Amino acid sequence: MIAKLIANVALAVAVSTIAQADEPKHGGILHIYHRETPPSLSIHEEATFSVNVPAMGLFNNLVIYDQHKPQNSMSDIVPELATGWAWDSANTVLTFKLREGVTWHDGKPFTAKDVKCTFDLLQDKAQDKFRKNPRRDLFNNVSEVTTNGDFEVALHLKRPQPSLLAMIASGYTPMYPCHLTPAQMRTHPIGTGPYKFVEFKQNESIKLARNENYWKKGLPYLDGIEYTIISNRATAVLAFVAGKVDMTFPTEMTSALIQDIKQQDPTAICEIKPINVNTNLIVNRENPPFDNIELRKAMALALDRKAFIDIIFQGQADAGGTLLPPPEGVWGMPPEILKTVPGYGDVNKDREQARAIMVKLGYGANNPLKIKVSTRNLATYRDPAVVLIDQLKTIYIDAELDPVESSQWFAKIARNDYSVGLNLTGNGIDDPDQAFYENYACGSERNYTHYCNKELEALFDKQSVETDVEKRKKMVWDIDKKLQEDVARPILMHARSGTCWKPYVKNMTIMNNSAYNGYRYDDLWLDK
Amino acid sequence: MEARLGIYLVRRFFLMVLTLFGISVLVFVMLRLVPGNIADIVFNAAGMIDVAEKAKLEKELGLDQPIVVQYAQWISGLAHGDLGYSYVSEKPALQEIAPRIPITAKLAGLALTFAVIFGVPLGVISAVRQNTALDYVLRVISLSGLSMPAFWLGLLILMGFVAYFGTIPIYTSPPKGFWNTYLLFSIPAAAVGFRSSALVMRLTRSSMLEVLRQDYIRTARAKGAPNQSVYYRHALRNAMLPVVTVIGIEAAFLMGGLIVTETVFNIPGVARFLVEAIRWRDYPIVQNLVMFIAVVAVSINFLIDLLYAVLDPRIRYAK
Repeated sequence: MIAKLIANVALAVAVSTIAQADEPKHGGILHIYHRETPPSLSIHEEATFSVNVPAMGLFNNLVIYDQHKPQNSMSDIVPELATGWAWDSANTVLTFKLREGVTWHDGKPFTAKDVKCTFDLLQDKAQDKFRKNPRRDLFNNVSEVTTNGDFEVALHLKRPQPSLLAMIASGYTPMYPCHLTPAQMRTHPIGTGPYKFVEFKQNESIKLARNENYWKKGLPYLDGIEYTIISNRATAVLAFVAGKVDMTFPTEMTSALIQDIKQQDPTAICEIKPINVNTNLIVNRENPPFDNIELRKAMALALDRKAFIDIIFQGQADAGGTLLPPPEGVWGMPPEILKTVPGYGDVNKDREQARAIMVKLGYGANNPLKIKVSTRNLATYRDPAVVLIDQLKTIYIDAELDPVESSQWFAKIARNDYSVGLNLTGNGIDDPDQAFYENYACGSERNYTHYCNKELEALFDKQSVETDVEKRKKMVWDIDKKLQEDVARPILMHARSGTCWKPYVKNMTIMNNSAYNGYRYDDLWLDK
Repeated sequence: MEARLGIYLVRRFFLMVLTLFGISVLVFVMLRLVPGNIADIVFNAAGMIDVAEKAKLEKELGLDQPIVVQYAQWISGLAHGDLGYSYVSEKPALQEIAPRIPITAKLAGLALTFAVIFGVPLGVISAVRQNTALDYVLRVISLSGLSMPAFWLGLLILMGFVAYFGTIPIYTSPPKGFWNTYLLFSIPAAAVGFRSSALVMRLTRSSMLEVLRQDYIRTARAKGAPNQSVYYRHALRNAMLPVVTVIGIEAAFLMGGLIVTETVFNIPGVARFLVEAIRWRDYPIVQNLVMFIAVVAVSINFLIDLLYAVLDPRIRYAK
């Protein structure tokens, strides 16, 4: 009897200890290293997650991807500044009920007017304009934003577009206050988020402090987050191992670096995941001889994706089409479809076919086609370009590397001043609308190869209005397959990258299919 | 003699002004010859080029003005103490530059101190003990100092600290207090100073060897002067002229050339900021920072010239 009592007491103590250990603790500053000085902290004006990582904690969206579900999908979108949303019967009006009692960091109340102002800015309808507006095209389908009192707002669409909700849930779509100009938001951002902006010193640090009036009661747990800017990766890794920072910059670690970290600090928690950034081949279809589809097809058939993945990422990358491949990607072609796409099967057979095409076009071992492969003069671009040059040799293309000064890269492409190039494309959300319209629609600013297929564009619209996810997936796969067959922009690989943190950093979730959406950090806590 | 010194100083001052004017033109023009401007880079970072928006930004920043007008605006601003605004941070350039100068000055000052207090005495010892075991050891050490890349040495130091002490001596926030500040800077300063001290040591040694063979040294010895007096009173003072020149050049270099050390030890100093500003084509920052470094270099040269006159009476009295 006594023994049973002692056992019960011991069990109760153990359970209470475990419960205490899992009980979030308030306080502490989370130290993360930042890989570079971001251009500003105004998320809407930038197009790099160097901005999203430190700035997402300053803001809130209307809705957001669940911050603890690694895979971003439509079913995991949760309300944030909105308490809920509803589509009308025609799926062309999306109405949000807004949370009451939310204030901006400067004390002013958040209302529906701020939502309208944000969309006016995004659509260039506001009086004060952004210096640059990289995601303006994402909201082309929104014809009007109307408010109904202070706490209801409706987005009127030209046609149904279920993906609009995904775009609004992205880390790239925070709400901005009406009462501040874009210039003020660049230098001293004010949001409704869990952390307030304290200071941003170029080359030094970004400091955020706890928002005492955060609308989620009791959150955030942390007193603040400090991002120390350490541009030298070797120093940054050592700083993490030595405990100077609690976490590495998200998705910045290669598998080799992670091995090194784990060797020096076996307690470190590290995860390698896809980041939805793909490396692709761009061919200027307006410049002869590349205006010949046969030549472009031969180039696509010469690609050995496994070799790219093994050489550049030591196996830590994935072959796929335009959309991130499953299981991490929601919309990517499944393997059984992917292997039916020309260039994704037997490399030797494909190259044999490519050589036959080249011979037919008048090229051969003694008469190779001499070209330049242009790319940005950064290692992440240059390294795969070198592998590409080597692979093109197998089909009688004698290529030379043309490294382009980084600042001139997009200007050069926009001028059409290249023949063959290698580019990297990051997708903020794992969504077909964003990927198709941004990269393959006729006339899109980011459609670098000027691929234009009106029939396929009609299919972009058709999948875009489809509300049945499974039906839409099949349409997306067909489009993706057609894009690869048309050699619109052959995808070489989808990168994977790693993040490490100390075991006392709790509640950390790294997203599986985007590097842009998971940094709100309002319920992270430090167990120390 | 004083009148001559006055004329010399005035002449040197005008030469300084002329040099600075030349540098200002050179920096201004060269910066604009580099492909791309801030507008290109701002849009490049967004993976897009919107020609109309780019032109708007160029107009907003005054980059559409003729280059001569832009230069005149900059110089006129400088004359009024207005350094303009950083294109990137949109803060006054002075506010961005000023806090970085003391950081680099402390690092450079410590590195130079390290170089002088080790380089000069070891150079003298190496010279007076020429071809002894000690001389060989010192020469090997100095050669390794000159041939070791700064980033490698820096990383080695950091790895050593992490492996043996479990900490890392890098700059993550402004250090509090005098000792913390100098403790933090002393490690990167030693890494930089090692190379500089090797240079100073080798130069002191060769200069001393040359002087020690002079007639007046033989005369001093013949007159029975003790070794210490011969080495430090007669020889070293005369051997110091080239050493002082090199120390001056090193001092000027250290104010703007510590990019590798600042990067490895994560020090938010002038050089790292300058490189970042060049990357962004942040003209107001680059122009003013290069001018600042130029003023430091030219002023140090001026001081060195004055020091020559103190060290060598022949220079003082020359026409």
